[in-house]
Amino acid sequence: MSANAQTHHILPIRVYLAVGTALLVLTAVTVWVAGHDYGEYNLIVAMIIAAVKASLVAAYFMHLRYDNKVYLAVFVGALLFLAVFIILTMLDTLRRGDVNAIETGPIDQNAVIYQQQVIDTSHTGAMKSVDSASTHTSPAK
Amino acid sequence: MGATAIPEYNFLRYPKGLKSWLLTQDHKRIGVMYFAAIMFFFFVGGLLAVILRTELFSNRSSFMSSDTYNQFFTLHGAIMIFLFIIPSIPAAIGNFVLPLQIGAKDVAFPRLNLASWYIYVVGAFVCLFAIVSGGVDTGWTFYTPYSTTTSTSVVSMTLGVFILGFSSIFTGLNFIVTIHKLRVPGMTWFRMPLMVWGLYATAIIQVLATPVLGITLLLLILEKLVGIGIFDPAMGGDPVLFQHFFWFYSHPAVYIMILPGMAIISELIAHFSHRHIFGYKAIAFSSLGIALVSFLVWGHHMFVSGQSELAAIVFSFLTFFVGIPSGIKVFNWMMTLYKGSIEFKTPMLYALSFLFLFTIGGLTGIFLGALPVDVHLTDTYFVVAHFHYVMMGGTVMALLGGIHYWWPKMFGRMYNEFWAKVACVIIFVGFNMTFFSQFILGTKGMPRRYHNYLDQYQPLHAFSSVGAWVLGFGFLIFMIYMIHSLMRGRPAGNNPWGVLGFEWETTSPPPPENFAKDPVLSHGPYDYDTVLIQRSDIAAQRPVGRA
Ligand code: HEM
Ligand SMILES: [Cu+2]
Repeated sequence: MSANAQTHHILPIRVYLAVGTALLVLTAVTVWVAGHDYGEYNLIVAMIIAAVKASLVAAYFMHLRYDNKVYLAVFVGALLFLAVFIILTMLDTLRRGDVNAIETGPIDQNAVIYQQQVIDTSHTGAMKSVDSASTHTSPAK
Repeated sequence: MGATAIPEYNFLRYPKGLKSWLLTQDHKRIGVMYFAAIMFFFFVGGLLAVILRTELFSNRSSFMSSDTYNQFFTLHGAIMIFLFIIPSIPAAIGNFVLPLQIGAKDVAFPRLNLASWYIYVVGAFVCLFAIVSGGVDTGWTFYTPYSTTTSTSVVSMTLGVFILGFSSIFTGLNFIVTIHKLRVPGMTWFRMPLMVWGLYATAIIQVLATPVLGITLLLLILEKLVGIGIFDPAMGGDPVLFQHFFWFYSHPAVYIMILPGMAIISELIAHFSHRHIFGYKAIAFSSLGIALVSFLVWGHHMFVSGQSELAAIVFSFLTFFVGIPSGIKVFNWMMTLYKGSIEFKTPMLYALSFLFLFTIGGLTGIFLGALPVDVHLTDTYFVVAHFHYVMMGGTVMALLGGIHYWWPKMFGRMYNEFWAKVACVIIFVGFNMTFFSQFILGTKGMPRRYHNYLDQYQPLHAFSSVGAWVLGFGFLIFMIYMIHSLMRGRPAGNNPWGVLGFEWETTSPPPPENFAKDPVLSHGPYDYDTVLIQRSDIAAQRPVGRA
């Protein structure tokens, strides 16, 4: 545990100003980037910039950098669990059609899914005949 | 007898008055209040179960319509999960025992603790409102797209569960801080009782996973009320995504249910074998191991949901890892029993039942984790049998063991040991009759959540229903002798079992501030080879005894 873990750390004002400026610059970068098309990477570029900004806020404005490292561990731990959730879920959503391509296609609105069947419910009909004699077992003894 | 009397100055009597209970910040009182609440819901859920089984006795509709049946099993499941089993061991037993075990005066945040109880009550009332305002028939899992299209009270039910989640998070948070900060001087992490390790691992899951359930249910409510479309393919959503969200919480949640059960079993086995627990560190770390792995395997509930084959294979593979820490625990408990001087008191009978039943439940879970096997068995009675073996054969047995073990500490009185043993045997037999037959039904293809069934399943179903009545009868006996004990049980004395642990050094019931003078740690929780113990039951009954 570092020496300043328990004491209240006060940052000099110019650190706040520097971080604030950095955030403004990064906002400008976000706007500038939005004017370009990186195709598939659009989202990734935007997320990287956002992540840097969020880290700056957490580290300096929210003092995570100077606090007890337990808080950092908790924070990073939460991010890790979020990553686990997203990665394992995408393992599903991105790979649905691997075996049967039809699974990714649109639903055929005119497909006949269930054929209406008339089932005899009068306790005497066809259902009862389903090999009930051959599978009658006595309860486990 | 007569040698010991119940101490006048105890937490049940001081301070006096209803208001002092409703505003109490004493972890012991909050534990007792939780205990009353969960036992009430266990009773309601159990009653629903017996009614369900009675309906299933015959293969035709006997006194319920299909819709009623759907509502009943949903209520049974939802009550048992959200109102009973999740708060049961941590919030009721844990609240009472944890601070005593680590030699603390209370939990770290007593007000938060009381708040969690009130939130639980509010959540319970919202669920109750859902029941009277139309009921719910989705199953406790609220799967889309059915849950977003049915006209039953899904919104109020999920809102109730959402609220209940906060009570669970508060308890978990409180326990984590309490365990970190309030241990008696000298109690290092590896000198804590294993109960504390189990509650710690549980608390981590509660804090990490429960918010996901909250978000999921909020999304469901939004989907239903304003149609945001996240689970609706027509709007670019994905109904299977709901299952991902739901099981990301609910698989870890099954460990919220079982880990504290395992924690109790570690205590019972060590103390009633009067032996140092075998593999202390292995048991402690395997709790954390289970907590971690539990976050990686949720997809095993979704093998037939239409998730990608790759995901199914990966989840199936990962699921097998859960077997490792669970196996470590079971083998360590067996090694503790080996050459121990075992005392077959009621709590120990429940601990042994747990060993037997949990092993069956856990192993059948491995079957179900195997992808090709599960495709056949999923949504059959095999699954119903499996999770009842884990939840009822595992957690409920452990809870019953824990109740019997700490009862004298909680209320200062003993129960009738003879009737307790009788009830334990009846419950054990009834349980196996009810649920073992369901393994067979499942492999023969009996689907779950069905109201009527084909003729060939009738004998096993009838057998299972008779088992449920036996089980219910066992619980009736339990209720009677416990109420009798509350009123005129023999005073227990400080340490009726002759075991180690801080909670047995104070009076029963303890004073409001737990210990008359600050407790001092002089030995580990399982040092039976080096410590001489004063047994209050022997002091009262027998002239000489075994220490
Ligand atoms: C008295 C003993 C019990 C009996 C006789 C019993 C019986 C049943 C029955 C008949 C069903 C419906 C099965 C179906 O149609 O699919 C069911 C479902 C269920 N039970 Fe139990 N049960 C008992 C105890 C418990 C306990 C202690 C728990 C958990 C703590 C529990 C949790 C559940 C859950 C989660 C479901 C699934 C509900 C759903 O499908 O949505 N049960 N039980
Ligand atoms: Cu699972």
